[in-house]
Amino acid sequence: MIHQTYDYDLMRILEGNIGDSDYRRQPVIVQGMTGSFGSVHTRLMREYGTNIVAGVTPGKGGQTFEGVPIYNNVSEAVSNTNAKISVVFVPAPHFLNATMESLENGIKLLIAIPEHVPIRDSMRVIEYAKERGARIIGPNTPGIIVPGTIKIGIMPADPFTPGKTIVFSRSGTLMYEVAFNLSRNGFGQKICLGIGGDPINGTSLIEAIEMVRTANSNDPIVIVGEIGGDAEEKFVSHLEASGISGRMVAYIAGRSAPKEKKMGHAGAIVYGKYGSAESKFESFGRLGIPVAKTPAELPLLLKDKAIQ
Amino acid sequence: MNRIINKLIIFFQEMRLLEYQGKELFKEFGIPIPKSCIAFSIEEARTLLTNEITFPIVLKSQVPVGGRGKAGAIKKCKNMKEVESQFTVLLNKKIEGESPRGLLLEEIITISKELYVSLFLNRSARCFSLIVSAAGGMDIESTENRFIVDIISKGDIEDIASRIAGMAGIGSENRQRFVDFVQRLYKLLCEKEAELVEVNPAALLKDGSIVALDSKVIVDDNALFRHPELIKYEEATELESLAKKNGFSFVQLQGNIAIIGNGAGLVMSTLDMVSDAGGNAGAFLDFGGSATSETIYQALTVISRVKSIQKIVVNLFGGIVRTDLVAQGILRAYSNNLITVPVFARISGAESVKAKEILNDSKAHLFDRIEDAIHAAVHGIKSQEGKATL
Repeated sequence: MIHQTYDYDLMRILEGNIGDSDYRRQPVIVQGMTGSFGSVHTRLMREYGTNIVAGVTPGKGGQTFEGVPIYNNVSEAVSNTNAKISVVFVPAPHFLNATMESLENGIKLLIAIPEHVPIRDSMRVIEYAKERGARIIGPNTPGIIVPGTIKIGIMPADPFTPGKTIVFSRSGTLMYEVAFNLSRNGFGQKICLGIGGDPINGTSLIEAIEMVRTANSNDPIVIVGEIGGDAEEKFVSHLEASGISGRMVAYIAGRSAPKEKKMGHAGAIVYGKYGSAESKFESFGRLGIPVAKTPAELPLLLKDKAIQ
Repeated sequence: MNRIINKLIIFFQEMRLLEYQGKELFKEFGIPIPKSCIAFSIEEARTLLTNEITFPIVLKSQVPVGGRGKAGAIKKCKNMKEVESQFTVLLNKKIEGESPRGLLLEEIITISKELYVSLFLNRSARCFSLIVSAAGGMDIESTENRFIVDIISKGDIEDIASRIAGMAGIGSENRQRFVDFVQRLYKLLCEKEAELVEVNPAALLKDGSIVALDSKVIVDDNALFRHPELIKYEEATELESLAKKNGFSFVQLQGNIAIIGNGAGLVMSTLDMVSDAGGNAGAFLDFGGSATSETIYQALTVISRVKSIQKIVVNLFGGIVRTDLVAQGILRAYSNNLITVPVFARISGAESVKAKEILNDSKAHLFDRIEDAIHAAVHGIKSQEGKATL
């Protein structure tokens, strides 16, 4: 049961409207800004140029963090800044309350960084986001980056360069690794989005590609998957059904992993054929989407596609 | 919304309870089970069979893997003599590499029909789904007549259970008891925050009652902070516990090369490349995004306890990670004799030049490309090859 919210234009939420004073300067709030993790990444996001306008930490309202005002709750933060984007760094046990609060107060794009969020909390928040016409990326995601414009998350800045390639990744560090390899070979990125390593994701691969449909259909697309679940298989079926095509290449991590072992990510586990790398290779193969053997091979496959 | 599926949807493994633990929960939720007791020794079994449990019984190996029937891990016993001859054999019999944690002694009941009932997390639909088949038992995975209904958040489980009973051909005389059975399983699923509650088989008795002959319960370990009562079921090897305490993900494998890195996907990817290069991974360790001198030191502490490890491949994608701090951690592990085996590391990112200087005189070989690090680890290193890349 895939819920259809295809009118959601992610690039516009991230960049704003051409001509507006805040074009490519969209305000972002940080929930959990004063924690050790939140503060480091608030600094790094600001260094990158992300327009962080407020932090939310209950009990610390009225203080500032490196000049950024802190509010006690999302309601105050939003009414003072008009932010539609929030990035969440709170510990997993507080995730549910923090995210429900931001959705109630008009946040339309919520980047959920925490790992170890209980499944039922994710399910509740994702469902509520749908009711509110909002979108959740994650949990357990490195975030989203539009290179050169906005970085919302924990990814390092260096591997990413502006360009046209669209990257969707189920893994964090592999997204950096892939971007690094793409950048080195002249494939800058339009957007890189981390789906998240959990079994339940606020934004699936299918929804991710639908959200950037406004992008030029000739833009190369890189799918970074991993073993576990059937996200890649469902994604390929969706491509078949909807007729989306283009220059697409894929990479799947974990093809040599043993079965029934959870490989770091809660979602990365193979049981029989379900979740296996072979099943994913078969799916991509059916549409002629090449699957790289290593991250370094991805740009080479993209070059081949360009020649074709 | 409901459809017949031909392929059983299977799940990822989280915190899987043993059969007897699942049955303890069943009891708590009023889900009928046969009379049974767990025994960890033959002495305990003797006492139980004198006072509590009546023959004939089945001895059931308590291992967290499926297919016990086929693997010969379930034995019928008519009398004490049979128990005496079977108990120790079964208790020492590994199933898929798993040693039994104990044996369940369970009274045999006469059944008229077997059912399969499962409530599971349907990842792509982002909801729980109910699967029912009127043919339970060992070969459920090859059974055609399974019925699945998604339980949407405001769905009425009573209504869903009743509908699926109709589809699966459960007669109207048994319908109410079946619905009650499913409702109780669903209550357990919700209240204990389980990801899976499966009963295979559930036995339909002559009197129309339904009894759970087996249990498979997987709970969400991320929700344990709300369920202190489930913590006693948590089970990990000593090494896994040590890794977990440090916030690492660790999986022990069969080979001699340990693979360490920051990020699950990156380590999996490295595992694939080691395997492609002809190497055998002996350990998988993801120490997460925030690597410091101390994290890598702790990671090497875990690895040092895996006796089969002869080489260590480190794949570190830096940026946010300070790679010089990681290098210091590796150096400290050598100077404290924590590790003696060579490290083949790809360290990229912030301060990587400094990192290389720190490790220059150690047994660690540094490479710019992970492919080169793996090649050296698997095929040996030519003189100065590792240093030459500096």
